Amino acid sequence: MTVLESSNSTTNKVLGHPLNAWYVAAWDHEVTRKPMARRIADRPLALYRTEDGKAVALADACWHRLAPLSLGKTVGKDGIQCPYHGIVYNSAGRCASMPAQESINPSATVPSFPVVERYRFVWVWLGDPTKADPGLVPDMHQMDSPDWAGDGQTILAPCNYQLVLDNLMDLTHEEFVHASSIGQEELSESDFVVTHDDRTVTVTRWMHNIDAPPFWLKNMRDKFPGFEGKVDRWQIIRFEAPSTIRIDVGVAKAGTGAPEGDRSQSVNGYVMNTISPETAKSCHYFWAFMRNYRLDSQLITTQLRNGVHGVFGEDEAMLTAQQEAIDANPDYEFYSLNIDAGGMWVRRLIERMLQAEGRLTAAL
Amino acid sequence: MAATNNEVWQSAKVVAVSDVAAGIRRIELEPSAPKHAEPGSHVDVTVAINGQQEKRSYSVVESIDGGKTLVVSVFKAPVSRGGSVFMHTLQPGDILRITQPLQNFPLRVGAERYVLLAGGIGITAIMNMAAVLRNVKADYTIVYAGRNRAAMAYLQDLQDLHGARLQVHVDDEGSSLDVNALVGNLEPGVELYMCGPIRLMDAVRRGWTERELELPDLRYETFGNSGWHDPEEFLVRIPRLGVEAKVGQGRSMLEALEDAGVDMMFDCRKGECGLCEVRILDLNGAIDHRDVFYSQRQQHAAEKMCCCVSRAVSSATGSRANANSSGFPAVVTIDVS
Repeated sequence: MTVLESSNSTTNKVLGHPLNAWYVAAWDHEVTRKPMARRIADRPLALYRTEDGKAVALADACWHRLAPLSLGKTVGKDGIQCPYHGIVYNSAGRCASMPAQESINPSATVPSFPVVERYRFVWVWLGDPTKADPGLVPDMHQMDSPDWAGDGQTILAPCNYQLVLDNLMDLTHEEFVHASSIGQEELSESDFVVTHDDRTVTVTRWMHNIDAPPFWLKNMRDKFPGFEGKVDRWQIIRFEAPSTIRIDVGVAKAGTGAPEGDRSQSVNGYVMNTISPETAKSCHYFWAFMRNYRLDSQLITTQLRNGVHGVFGEDEAMLTAQQEAIDANPDYEFYSLNIDAGGMWVRRLIERMLQAEGRLTAAL
Repeated sequence: MAATNNEVWQSAKVVAVSDVAAGIRRIELEPSAPKHAEPGSHVDVTVAINGQQEKRSYSVVESIDGGKTLVVSVFKAPVSRGGSVFMHTLQPGDILRITQPLQNFPLRVGAERYVLLAGGIGITAIMNMAAVLRNVKADYTIVYAGRNRAAMAYLQDLQDLHGARLQVHVDDEGSSLDVNALVGNLEPGVELYMCGPIRLMDAVRRGWTERELELPDLRYETFGNSGWHDPEEFLVRIPRLGVEAKVGQGRSMLEALEDAGVDMMFDCRKGECGLCEVRILDLNGAIDHRDVFYSQRQQHAAEKMCCCVSRAVSSATGSRANANSSGFPAVVTIDVS
């Protein structure tokens, strides 16, 4: 690991991850009384719920001989028992009993990481616990708002998490990667606007008076049966540090005022993405597609989830191949295009977070 | 925490020394490879005692600017094993070998309420915790007990920073700490962190157990360097090996046996793990149990002892003046694994 002297290194091929941040460790339904293992930000975690239903994240290594606690079982009100020698820890990671002795070694603890459950996800904070402010959980309120409906999945992507952020911040790739569903040539022909502040980056793109691609034509007809004609299409990509991206997407009947704010003649969705680094070269990519029309249709929920699953499968294949090519060409650098403006601001905000943690490093 | 306790040794420059109470010196260090010291952490320091290199542990009182300056405070023990005497000779400009901060006493952020209990020099392990709890706006009380104000380090600093959250108990002013009242009034769910003499910690642990409070909510750290009695010179014998060794005031029984060539098993060397356990075959005197490995029942039985910290003393009261009529040192006859 080499400490970089410059902060203008926004084309790192492998970007480190801030630790003073909330990352999604799991969907809420994944964490149960039966412990599970998951590696987040290079830290193996044992996740489980207490009898009261509180989610717990402990380091997945017993204090004694580092056996994985995730292979153990929950005991008592909030404890977990190591499967090897039976040492029991409470949800704070403190040893509650040791085998074959009448006392407890006061040093016997495993790290217990702050956890917040919000927006259908279990979020974990792996950095300085005194900075773990629940107010810093990125906004994903469409996930559990009564005004929105939808569902999603997880992709274990074999690439550095930054490659996924790059992918989502520049959607011109849709024209080439997703030609059969959401891609169209107007994507790379239309202009876009980038703005940023300390924690967010926004990329806005409007395409006026175009044909709706197949995915959007289907959605329009779900809301406006028999719809025909041109549409105005938008993509408003909003990044919130360190790795959450919501994309406000939709199409409206052309010329009905959607760019000016009247979305009554449109279908609107939110592509919810939050990416948790697993290792330097893999990440858990949690996504969902939420919509604000026909909320009661489970059929549409399932169709959209399956549709986006298909689209993201194309991204996964590209990201996998990209990481392989990066690894196979260690002496070649990244160069940037104008379309990378959003992604480059994301990289700069993340590098500032790393710098603030004294961890602006490149794994060389 | 096991995961973060790799010993990384580095050099550190002494940049300031000052006396902060009778016999207590504050030492500011600039490590060559700075790392932030979390509350509850300590550094191991290489000290020179009679020309020999030995290792001592000192709590980090303050970690300034991400650990670029670390502050320790050292009490010069009346019966020092030599470490504190060495530390008191340090002057600005001196170079030491120290570890990056190590953690055996982590503070959990997020408990509903905290009591931080410090006896005497034990305040060094508590200071950083109190500062952090204040920063995160936790509900906490500091209970600080000492013999007299002159011997209590950082009183004014604590008063200034923590105001009414600080409770001070001073023996010489008749306001000694009533441990039973303290523990008796705790609400279940309070986390108590303590560092101090073993008498204080044993009394709290006893009260805690009697009240059937959750054991994991009682947090403490011991460096195994205080007992119920002052250390005395004593003899240890291992008949099976034909060994007899004298354990000096400033040496541990484990060290004395190692010096005598006995192949000893051990790990923590501070009375926690129980690996250095020896079986007591015969005893002329009493055992001063200084470990936290045995239960009270086991300590009373006096069948075994942790030789890394526990000692033999010449009488149950531990004072040579009241020793058995012969006035000879205590003798403990043992067998080892």
